[in-house]
Amino acid sequence: MTTPTATGALLSAHDLHKTYGSTPALAGADFQIHAGEVVAVMGPSGSGKSTLLHCLAGIVPPDSGTVRYKDRDLSAMADAGRSALRRSEFGFVFQFGQLVPELTCTENVALPLRLVGVHRKEANARAREWLERLEVDDVHDHRPGQVSGGQGQRVAIARALVGNPGVIFADEPTGALDSLNGERVMELLTDAARDTRAAVVLVTHESRVAAYSDREVVVRDGKARDMAGVG
Amino acid sequence: MSISHTLLGLLESGPRHGYDLKRAFDERFGHDRPLHYGQVYSTMSRLLKNGLIEVDGVEAGGGPERKRYAITDAGVTDVAEWLARPEKPEPYLQSVLYTKVVLALLTERDAAELLDTQRAEHLRLMRDLTRRKKDGDLADQLICDHALFHLEADLRWLELTAARLDKLAKEVRR
Ligand SMILES: Nc1ncnc2c1ncn2[C@@H]1O[C@H](COP(=O)(O)OP(=O)(O)OP(=O)(O)O)[C@@H](O)[C@H]1O
Ligand SMILES: [Mg+2]
Repeated sequence: MTTPTATGALLSAHDLHKTYGSTPALAGADFQIHAGEVVAVMGPSGSGKSTLLHCLAGIVPPDSGTVRYKDRDLSAMADAGRSALRRSEFGFVFQFGQLVPELTCTENVALPLRLVGVHRKEANARAREWLERLEVDDVHDHRPGQVSGGQGQRVAIARALVGNPGVIFADEPTGALDSLNGERVMELLTDAARDTRAAVVLVTHESRVAAYSDREVVVRDGKARDMAGVG
Repeated sequence: MSISHTLLGLLESGPRHGYDLKRAFDERFGHDRPLHYGQVYSTMSRLLKNGLIEVDGVEAGGGPERKRYAITDAGVTDVAEWLARPEKPEPYLQSVLYTKVVLALLTERDAAELLDTQRAEHLRLMRDLTRRKKDGDLADQLICDHALFHLEADLRWLELTAARLDKLAKEVRR
């Protein structure tokens, strides 16, 4: 079966439905994003933003509808295949609690590379480059418990970027930061993504954060509306 | 705020006499600044001349306040265009946006669409400012930030209003 994918989209979803118990979280959501593009996903609390992100990233399978990444149909893949795809092609940044507390910042950033078989020395060297780029190399040998929220978030972004992913999924990445730190983090994230041609799916309820995107999509009642052509 | 569009919009919900129109305006939108009769009649004569309203009846006794006005098809189109056109984002927009939302609800138009259109317009300007801030010096950054925080406040109001639209519709149409 062919799915209606917009030409050239890197990642696209069509007619996604997802219900938790009797709660419809997604009810016919469409979405697409191109390489190098930053798309903000906005909308009221509980409207289905995180659920959409989880379906797009293959973390949660939708009840119906399709998700395509490049030429692959995620909805037709088994769990193991989707996990492998996530490890090699996607990067993730969440609001908190994502760094492994027992590892140093360098080891945390190197982790995605180690998981796909890169040797320790090489992985650590690449991790240090990203820590430097995100202005947190001075804490490279600290553990997550010994850095500030803003520093931890930059480390998490370095980890999302280190494997040169096709898509970065960020769910409220600045939610725990003050304005100045939040904006610097957004600047670093969007600059790095544009340089590496990674697409960024950015869930946020803050308009000043969304202003770093190329366009926004508003999720309401489980449906996603592309605002690019509105007005 | 456009008084003539507001009066025209009020007429769309039904023909009214001049005094009735003034009262409706003052009740809904004129809390701190009621209209003068003079403003109502000069506006009515301009709208008549432009074919946006017509005189629908005159009560015995004469005098301009005895005329009953009704909106024309051209007037309805004019209201529709005004409501659909986003306002240029700037601080202290609330009163005109509030007026547009109430009128859209009164005339059974899609108020959610109006809010979405405005929201998109605000974010477009916020994107421009964010880009300018990135390329500018510290002074540019501070000036852009000031504008961005104000626009953010507007946007939060737009979102909150969107979430309360059903409730507002009930009150307005009561
Ligand atoms: N794992 C789950 N189990 C049960 N219900 C869930 C689950 N995840 C989400 N939901 C429900 O699905 C709906 C959408 O949730 P979702 O987390 O996608 O919203 P959101 O837009 O991300 O909200 P927020 O802005 O508050 O993060 C909500 O009603 C939520 O309670
Ligand atoms: Mg969420």
